[in-house]
Amino acid sequence: MEKKPLLEVKNLKTHFHTERGQITAVDGITFHLNEGEIVGVVGESGCGKSVMSQSIMRLYDEKYTAKYEGEILFQGENLLNLSKAMMQKIRGNDISMIFQDPLSSLNPVYTIGDQIRESLMIHQNLNKREAQQKAIEMLGLTGIPAPEKRINEYPHQLSGGMQQRVMIAIALSCQPKLLIADEPTTALDVTIQAQILDLIAELNAQLGMGVIFITHDLGVVAEICTRVMVMYLGQIVEETDTDCLFSEPLHPYTRGLIKSIPQLEGERLQKLYTIDGTVPSLQKVPHGCRFASRCPYADELCKEQAPELEAYSATQKVRCWHYKEILKKEAVHESSNE
Amino acid sequence: MAAVKEVDRVRTIKASLKKQERQLFFRRFFANKLMVMGCFIFIVLGLIALIGPMLVSYDPYEMKVAERLNAPSGEHWLGTDEFGRDLLTRIVYGAQVSMGIGLIVTLISSILGLVIGLYASYYAALDHILMRICDGLMAIPGILLAIALMAALGPSPLNVIIALSIVFTPNIARIVRSSALVIREQTFIEAMHAQGASATRIIWQHIAPNTISPLIVQATFVFAEAIISEAALSFLGAGIAAPDPSWGNILQAGKLVIFKAWWMVVFPGLAIVLSVLGLNLLGDGLRDFIDPHSSGKKSK
Amino acid sequence: MLSYLFKRIYSLIPVLFVVSVAIFLIVHITPGDPAAIILGMEATEEQIASLNEEMGLNEPIVKQYLLWVGGVLQGDFGQSYFMKEPVLDSILSHLGPTISLAILAEIVALIIAIPIGIFAAYRRGSFTDHTLMVATLLGMAVPSFLLGLLLMLSFGVYLQWLPIAGYKPLTEGLWTHLRYLILPALSLGAIQAALVARMTRSSMLEVLNKNYVKTARSKGVKEHKVITKHALRNAFLPILTVIGQSFGTLVTGAVVVETIFNLPGLGQLIINSIERRDFAVIQGIVLFVTLIYVFINLIVDLLYGVIDPRVRLERK
Repeated sequence: MEKKPLLEVKNLKTHFHTERGQITAVDGITFHLNEGEIVGVVGESGCGKSVMSQSIMRLYDEKYTAKYEGEILFQGENLLNLSKAMMQKIRGNDISMIFQDPLSSLNPVYTIGDQIRESLMIHQNLNKREAQQKAIEMLGLTGIPAPEKRINEYPHQLSGGMQQRVMIAIALSCQPKLLIADEPTTALDVTIQAQILDLIAELNAQLGMGVIFITHDLGVVAEICTRVMVMYLGQIVEETDTDCLFSEPLHPYTRGLIKSIPQLEGERLQKLYTIDGTVPSLQKVPHGCRFASRCPYADELCKEQAPELEAYSATQKVRCWHYKEILKKEAVHESSNE
Repeated sequence: MAAVKEVDRVRTIKASLKKQERQLFFRRFFANKLMVMGCFIFIVLGLIALIGPMLVSYDPYEMKVAERLNAPSGEHWLGTDEFGRDLLTRIVYGAQVSMGIGLIVTLISSILGLVIGLYASYYAALDHILMRICDGLMAIPGILLAIALMAALGPSPLNVIIALSIVFTPNIARIVRSSALVIREQTFIEAMHAQGASATRIIWQHIAPNTISPLIVQATFVFAEAIISEAALSFLGAGIAAPDPSWGNILQAGKLVIFKAWWMVVFPGLAIVLSVLGLNLLGDGLRDFIDPHSSGKKSK
Repeated sequence: MLSYLFKRIYSLIPVLFVVSVAIFLIVHITPGDPAAIILGMEATEEQIASLNEEMGLNEPIVKQYLLWVGGVLQGDFGQSYFMKEPVLDSILSHLGPTISLAILAEIVALIIAIPIGIFAAYRRGSFTDHTLMVATLLGMAVPSFLLGLLLMLSFGVYLQWLPIAGYKPLTEGLWTHLRYLILPALSLGAIQAALVARMTRSSMLEVLNKNYVKTARSKGVKEHKVITKHALRNAFLPILTVIGQSFGTLVTGAVVVETIFNLPGLGQLIINSIERRDFAVIQGIVLFVTLIYVFINLIVDLLYGVIDPRVRLERK
């Protein structure tokens, strides 16, 4: 039987009105996520990955600041067509989210128990005692010791790792089908990072939910994602499975990202690779390929015409005019190196 | 069919985008316009205070009992007061007194506040003493302190200036001190100190310039407060004494004849409201100008 | 919590010291002989001398201060020369109307201001928001005594709906009591309302941008609950500060407004005392009101602890 996609995003665009005019932070994104799958989204800061994730939950103020276009099909239903009230029923129940900075994401004036219970009481009609029971259970599930004591504490009394566990407990309390994790480990220490990653992977296996994992760290992607999308300036420039990402990166930007991972093995004095230039401003999106200004392979064609996302293999898609030539050149280059 | 629908959808999206853009533009424009308006009101009132007395044709002191409490007319645009004096003339002369006192109080408390705030920020021991004094003075509600001081000093313009300057100086000193402390903590000050620059030089050449913009914003608000306070004191009979005109004591007279002469209350009141509104708008605008984050205007 | 309380009270000591010195000195900055001023033009040398003796004005100034503060600490605010009664008694007998007025004004202000502030923040940038904010700017530019006169003019003189002068104590019935206080409370509460509305708006705007509000929305919390439960409680701290601080404005405003509406409160007492040159009473009122003001700010600080666990559970 064919796997049914849990989430299908079709040509999603998110526009914002800022004081300096309109910008399109997410510009035509199409992808899907199967049930139980973990898909990574990588890119530099400002590439629109967070905006995309928050657009899926329609968290922006549609009255004054944001405007969405396209389709977000969740279990076949377009979220962009839902009423406010329907959307509220989905948030926290079917789709949940965890954010980058756990301390600022938790309300400082309520206990963590209050905050975990809240979604349970909204979505599952539990009374306070049942919700408390369930909340303690969830805290235990995320590996917090003595959850029945911790539950009455306030966010600022917990360590960063504990706070993120609380966020995960909140997000997973109603057993959502989709979890969006927006850089959940970025603000944490390295050791804690690994624990949180393990926890997400473990809960994904245990509860069978789909996960969109947003990060700028390719190491994290390698660890837990099955597929990856690379985003640049509001668009997907490459979509691939994790193995191919490292063995056969197609887009020059992806290559750059991979090269700039610090290597532990090999020569110590090797200079760290950096991609030249910075991400152009969203107010001045280039005409042609958005990466052209920073790309070592760019030519006139790249500067004038924007490439489309095209399929390279069954699992790989890329948005580049020259990826085939580059692939050949690099292959020669690498073999001559050996 | 589907294509038509799509075009329609795009069109409505674009229309609503336009609407949002308009609102945004409106918002920015509005913020600036208010400041411009405040500035304009203030300049007009300032001009009235400066050259108004040359333009009005009546004597502010000469009493004509026959013409007492005349309603506004072609002859007396704003009517006459309980002694038959032209109200417009009294308000114009009163502008000189009320705004003049406000200005002098603002200048005195700004200068004193600047000196106190700067030196307090530089010398920790001095800081303790000066700021405790400021805290203490600020704990006493302003008008009450002014009333008590006026009761002791006796009503006269000079005493109003002294009393209000005592009330407002701590306020400015606190603002100056807190913005001076931010600079004081920076490493370059420490470095200058190490190089042997004198305290006076560091304070006046390097710390002081950075406190000027918050000082100006605060001074604008103090100006408005001083005008209100003078009016309140004079209204209570503890400020500028008759027959010298001030907006406050015209109102005091107006209160007694409120049943017969509404103009005696409305026009001097309008003068107070306009001057305070002008200064508040100016202050708000300047504050946004200096620190765009303070107003919390964020679109994203 | 207890150590927080002690720390806060401890920090009040220097403030109160400065307050007492400042208020004590007010009488002594009088140009000339206080006794002569109190007695007026017709006083003889002997009368002045005996009054100086009676009031202890011949003692060294430090001793005078210590005597005065010692008295205050025991609840003795001195003796009113004019009314021949303890200052505290005069203050207490005039306290009722002032307190009633201040409380009513605060209630009026909060009922108007907080919903306006929340609404404006929620609809930030809209036409309604702008209109409301311009209204508050206008509200802040109208001093309470002027608004009092204007309300008196329109409601009392022209419409004749409400009494424009006088005071009936609460013992004569709640409505009778309130009827006389409505116009004064409105004139006094308007500025306060403008202030609180602006503070509520900016505080709400700040909080609405916080991540935990996003978290609440992502949990599926209904919008009105996001506002009232998650945002408002966090936004309330700065609002509370404004309420506490502006109580000073409120009481002093009450002093001025009372004289307009002929309320027999502290305002009238202090104005009459100025005419009578009854310095002990003036001193006493200023000190008394300052103490109330300081005390209210202390309570506000303690409420901080109740609202914000970070303050309450501070382990420093």
